[in-house]
Amino acid sequence: MIFDYETLKLLWWLFIGILLIGFAVTDGMDMGVAMLLRLVGKTDSERRTVINTIGAHWDGNQVWFITAGGALFAAWPMVYAAAFSGFYFAMILVLFALFFRPLAFDYRSKIDTYRWRNNWDWALFCGSAIPALVFGVAFGNLFLGVPFNIDNLLRASYQGSFFGLLNPFGILAGLVSITMLMGHAGMWLQLRTDSDVATRSGQYGRYALLAFIALFAAAGVWVANMNGYQIVSMPDTQSYANPIGKVVTTAPGAWLNNYSAVPLTIVFPILAFAMAVLALLFSKMGKPALGLASSSLMLVGVIMTAGASLFPFVMPSSTNPDVSLTMWDAVSSHMTLNVMFVAAIIFVPLILGYTTWCYVKMWRKVTVDEIENNTHGSY
Amino acid sequence: MIDETFVDLSRLQFAITALFHFLFVPLTLGMTWILVIMESVFVMTGREIYRDMTKFWGKLFGINFAVGVATGLTMEFEFGTNWSYYSHYVGDVFGAPLAIEGLMAFFLESTFVGMFFLGWDRLTRRQHLGVTFLMAVGTNLSALWILIANGWMQNPVGAEFNYQTMRMEMTSFAELVFNPVAQVKFIHTVSAGYVAASMFVLGISSYYILKGRDVSFAKRSFSVACGFGLASILCVILLGDESGYEVGEVQKVKLAAIEAEWETEEAPAAFTLFGFPDSEEQVTYAAVKIPYAMGIIATRSLDEEVIGIDDLEVKHEKRIRNGMLAYEYLEKLRNGQDTPENVATFDTLKADLGYGLLLKRYTPTVVDATDAQIQQAVKDSFPKVGPMFWSFRIMVGCGMIMLVVFVLSFYYNAHRVIEQKRWLLWAAVFSIPLPWIAIEFGWVVAEYGRQPWAISEILPTFLATSSLTTNDLLISIAGFIVFYTGLAIVEGWLMLRFVKQGPSSLHTNKYHFEQINQQPNDEQGANA
Repeated sequence: MIFDYETLKLLWWLFIGILLIGFAVTDGMDMGVAMLLRLVGKTDSERRTVINTIGAHWDGNQVWFITAGGALFAAWPMVYAAAFSGFYFAMILVLFALFFRPLAFDYRSKIDTYRWRNNWDWALFCGSAIPALVFGVAFGNLFLGVPFNIDNLLRASYQGSFFGLLNPFGILAGLVSITMLMGHAGMWLQLRTDSDVATRSGQYGRYALLAFIALFAAAGVWVANMNGYQIVSMPDTQSYANPIGKVVTTAPGAWLNNYSAVPLTIVFPILAFAMAVLALLFSKMGKPALGLASSSLMLVGVIMTAGASLFPFVMPSSTNPDVSLTMWDAVSSHMTLNVMFVAAIIFVPLILGYTTWCYVKMWRKVTVDEIENNTHGSY
Repeated sequence: MIDETFVDLSRLQFAITALFHFLFVPLTLGMTWILVIMESVFVMTGREIYRDMTKFWGKLFGINFAVGVATGLTMEFEFGTNWSYYSHYVGDVFGAPLAIEGLMAFFLESTFVGMFFLGWDRLTRRQHLGVTFLMAVGTNLSALWILIANGWMQNPVGAEFNYQTMRMEMTSFAELVFNPVAQVKFIHTVSAGYVAASMFVLGISSYYILKGRDVSFAKRSFSVACGFGLASILCVILLGDESGYEVGEVQKVKLAAIEAEWETEEAPAAFTLFGFPDSEEQVTYAAVKIPYAMGIIATRSLDEEVIGIDDLEVKHEKRIRNGMLAYEYLEKLRNGQDTPENVATFDTLKADLGYGLLLKRYTPTVVDATDAQIQQAVKDSFPKVGPMFWSFRIMVGCGMIMLVVFVLSFYYNAHRVIEQKRWLLWAAVFSIPLPWIAIEFGWVVAEYGRQPWAISEILPTFLATSSLTTNDLLISIAGFIVFYTGLAIVEGWLMLRFVKQGPSSLHTNKYHFEQINQQPNDEQGANA
């Protein structure tokens, strides 16, 4: 074993965060692109321009999401079990929405009629907007606590309903998710397209960033005043994973405890706000490359803010706070965390390496001219 | 109590989504290698017809791949959404190969699949071939890790139950990876995928040859497919999955069910070619037997016996009674009486805990099961013989027909007379569905045959579910049926459209439908 159990638990918390960041920066961007598609692309050629900026990459990008799911299963099986079955209809809805994306990307260009392509454009929009919204809603509900219980044989059961998720704070979090991804995608499209499409992308991207700043601030104020969860006592963090052995209470504002305990964590929300503002400015100044870098860091800031506020909770239970799932006790065994950690440090650098190669090879401004002259070699 | 309808619906949903997903996987597994072969010839010879072949078959591959990706997402969600106790109980072991599949294989495959389609103008020939190759490697590695996970469900090695965490935990990653059941399953499954892709290319090429269009394109494709297909079908048959059936208790149960072997026969066992198995009476009516065949198929020997259901029943009863004790001690340990003596006693019994859990179907407390309930649980510890018996025979039958088609295709193609053998070309066209039928029934044998277990001898299927309601499942199943029917219609329609267009869909101005106003001349495509 390279690390002791406690360290590995922390590293896995961090690694799940990295996978979520990878997901937001890449696949989240594709979702943003699809949400902007109908706004920034007015003609079929313009829309094809937009789609072809991510044409070669969307599938690889989507694997960040799939791997995050797999890593959740392997590293936090109890979270995977409780969250996926608890959020049953939300997950099924996301799944059905995600079906549209591979088909839309692959099939849209295969037939050249207005109806066919227009339908796939809507499919892309729904296939992207619905998951982006639902993920945000789900994250929001983690802050509120999820109505589930765990029995002595560690079977999780959910007591809420699908519509229970759609509470005001959940919806606010969903909108944060949508606007941040649209803002990020706006930067990408401004960088990778030209003329009208780039101008519109920058514009809508900036609108989205403005909305994001307002919504994220509102969410922050809300979180500061809502009931947060805190651990009163828990088993030794080096010992075996036992999600039902601790005592948890709730208190208004408890979600901000970590920021006073470790003041350095305040950099995460600051990063989110500052980078959103910077992205806005760079986009306005016509420097979309810097805009994209800023919006990527903004996503890092948002996800780390959520993680740091909840820490060590992953999925608090509103039914029975004592069985809340945390990154200390909803985890796999020491051995599995270790094996998976080795796999991660071998493969993540490789993935980043060949993904970069692909982006470099495909890098160019995708122009309407190019797209119109190449109807069969592109989407 | 266990709600049987709810459990059956959970299984039904998984079966529908998994079988549907696997309609698209085989073509992906095999087609990637066929594309590598075609593109390699292009890079080595520089003849453009091979690039056109790569692009055209690549188009069909892409139409199929999109649905494979979409339906594959379901599989990753479904363990958590519908088998949440399973996810908790074995996630420590089962989750690892799934996560590694993502990191090692799926990233590779998906990153390069985009480059395969859109990178033609932006990469050198060698780079593009490299991309195609990595896509194939990724696809096949993906199958490896999924089958390591699946192999562990059949033969759960390298793991141990931990009463403190109330789950299975990994004890040896190497044992998990080198699980013999997983290894044979991998070979069997990927070669079946190669057969499917070969039959697909072979059948469609035959159709073009029969219609007399794009003949040189079709003949070259036919050659690649019959060679690759013959090698693959031999691999599927000779390295059949059954060779793994010797290892692991549940694999033995499967084998007995496949063969409807009610009583242990003296070695070497005969293979029942045909018959009507009756589970109630435990006899097979009108059985037509081939002497020695089963012994050879299953044990690869003439002196090892294939164990029958009667002997297995005796064994299972003992293990169920042991399992009741194991459960009694588990309760003690979970309720704070974890004295060293109790832990030690539990450790000697815990291998049979799963058998004890089979009784949960009849009595939630397990330890108070009556003799009648125990007998019932013994009966439960076998899958129904009828579906196993027939599924296996349908699979093997399809395999044998395909073997004949590939052998003849290879033979006549090597003698360059394939165009005159129109009956064979038609046979190839009509054989296109066979690999899919064989593969789907193969999965029925493997997974239905695993029942009553979700994880062999560890976790009964009926305990592995989520805490949902029957209504939840009815809604989601209806949703899946609607969506999957839609996907199948769009995919099938698009596939047929492009198959009908043939290589003309590449818009290179070299092929049939673009030559219609000029002199039809197929060789132009080849010589360009």
